[in-house]
Amino acid sequence: MPEPLFELIDVVKKYDERTVLRVKDLQLDGNKIYAILGPNGAGKSTLLKLLNMLEKPTSGRIIFQGVDLNRAGEAARLRMRRQMCMVLQNTYMFDTSVYQNVAYGLQLRGVRGVELERRVKEALSFVGLSDYGSRRAIKLSGGETQRVALARAVAIRPQVLLLDEPTANLDPDSVALIEKLVRRVHESTGATVLIITHNLFQAQRIADEAILLYNGQVIERAPINQFFTNPQSEITRRFVSGRMVY
Amino acid sequence: MVNTDLLSWLWQFFSQRGGELSGIVGLSLMVSGSAVIIGAVLGVPLGALLGLKKFPGRELLLRIIYTLMSLPPVLAGLVVYLIFARSGPLGFLDILFTPPVMVIAQVLLATPIITALSSAAIAAKEKLAMDTARTLGASERQAAWMVIKEARTGILAGIMTGFGRAFGEVGAVMLVGGNVRYQTRVLTTSIVLETRQGNYEFAIVLGLILLLLSFVVSSVLLKIDDSKLR
Ligand SMILES: Nc1ncnc2c1ncn2[C@@H]1O[C@H](COP(=O)(O)OP(=O)(O)O)[C@@H](O)[C@H]1O
Ligand SMILES: [Mg+2]
Repeated sequence: MPEPLFELIDVVKKYDERTVLRVKDLQLDGNKIYAILGPNGAGKSTLLKLLNMLEKPTSGRIIFQGVDLNRAGEAARLRMRRQMCMVLQNTYMFDTSVYQNVAYGLQLRGVRGVELERRVKEALSFVGLSDYGSRRAIKLSGGETQRVALARAVAIRPQVLLLDEPTANLDPDSVALIEKLVRRVHESTGATVLIITHNLFQAQRIADEAILLYNGQVIERAPINQFFTNPQSEITRRFVSGRMVY
Repeated sequence: MVNTDLLSWLWQFFSQRGGELSGIVGLSLMVSGSAVIIGAVLGVPLGALLGLKKFPGRELLLRIIYTLMSLPPVLAGLVVYLIFARSGPLGFLDILFTPPVMVIAQVLLATPIITALSSAAIAAKEKLAMDTARTLGASERQAAWMVIKEARTGILAGIMTGFGRAFGEVGAVMLVGGNVRYQTRVLTTSIVLETRQGNYEFAIVLGLILLLLSFVVSSVLLKIDDSKLR
């Protein structure tokens, strides 16, 4: 069996004594799309931030490609983080041009000159915003902002793409476009995708597996069809049938 | 009619006192410009530290800086005066009533504003801009730099306000500079003097020059902000 991409062992995250995440054992394999599901406050964003090293676990171990994130030095952590990219729940655009926003992650990785220009243009054309390079990024609409955020991420060609509710508050066309793009990134680069969503149809459309978080705990993790047609946990059953009150 | 009157008056005025006037303007810009540059060199990094990091004593430091923001200029002048007076701790330097000590007094006025406004601007951007930079692969230092760049408008506003405070104040430069003709006389202290002597036209011209220069300086600073785009 190949080494898992991520392995979480007894991971606990507390904010001021309050436990918001408690994962006993979770392994994530490469080359898959995972839908992270669960009510608000379940700990979904916290989970992704831990994987992206934006937050540190209060205790426990997170292992990425065989390396314990918290035992690694600063340089090694940065190297590992640069193999991932996260699109945050509150998308933030730097107040420069769209071009500069997309170029930033590449510049951090030492990409320069014509190669830089080529990859920024490629990423912008990928999300259908080829003409947007010189636009001011903070003036874009919600849908355009999400597309630039995705372009910023795919430009980097990450092995792991962490998406925190990338289609929340978007119109149906934009949602469909983002979904299509996410699938295409996954298929063309083999990137592992973790996508948080409240849209169960979306999860069914794009994910290979679903992970349900509830009160900071992993309730169920299953192949997507099984998750919806034959849930093992009572909580999952209530969740997928929309009977969960939250 | 009125126009030719005004023109001839201006002509006469500048031929008589133009040299003195340009000296005054030059000194004002030198003193306040140096003060604001020093104030920015001190205040922006301190503001960044306060805006980005939580450390013990931060709250207290912020409160002191906010208090100093409203420090009356004459009080700043008094403190500097006492330090540099002959019997003061730095009296041996013998720089009281010279431009350098005027710069020091204005640094005391400009730095707290620059620090406070920078730190507020940076703190407002801190969480999201910092995390966004991190997600894209920035190191802590690179992310902090990005936050500072994102806060540039607020930082520039702080520098502009700091310049305005230094350039427009009269109490501190009067006390520590002494308003010595051809040596430490600046725009504001000249206005006081000329008004007292009944030279209202000269006072008004000085006032207009003061406003015009403030306008030019802020326009230049705002231009810097614009050019950061792209
Ligand atoms: N920085 C923080 N400080 C304190 N509490 C936090 C912080 N971030 C998240 N939490 C809390 O942790 C819990 C889980 O949050 P989150 O992971 O954002 O949930 P989800 O993304 O599933 O809606 C929530 O109760 C939230 O209020
Ligand atoms: Mg969330």
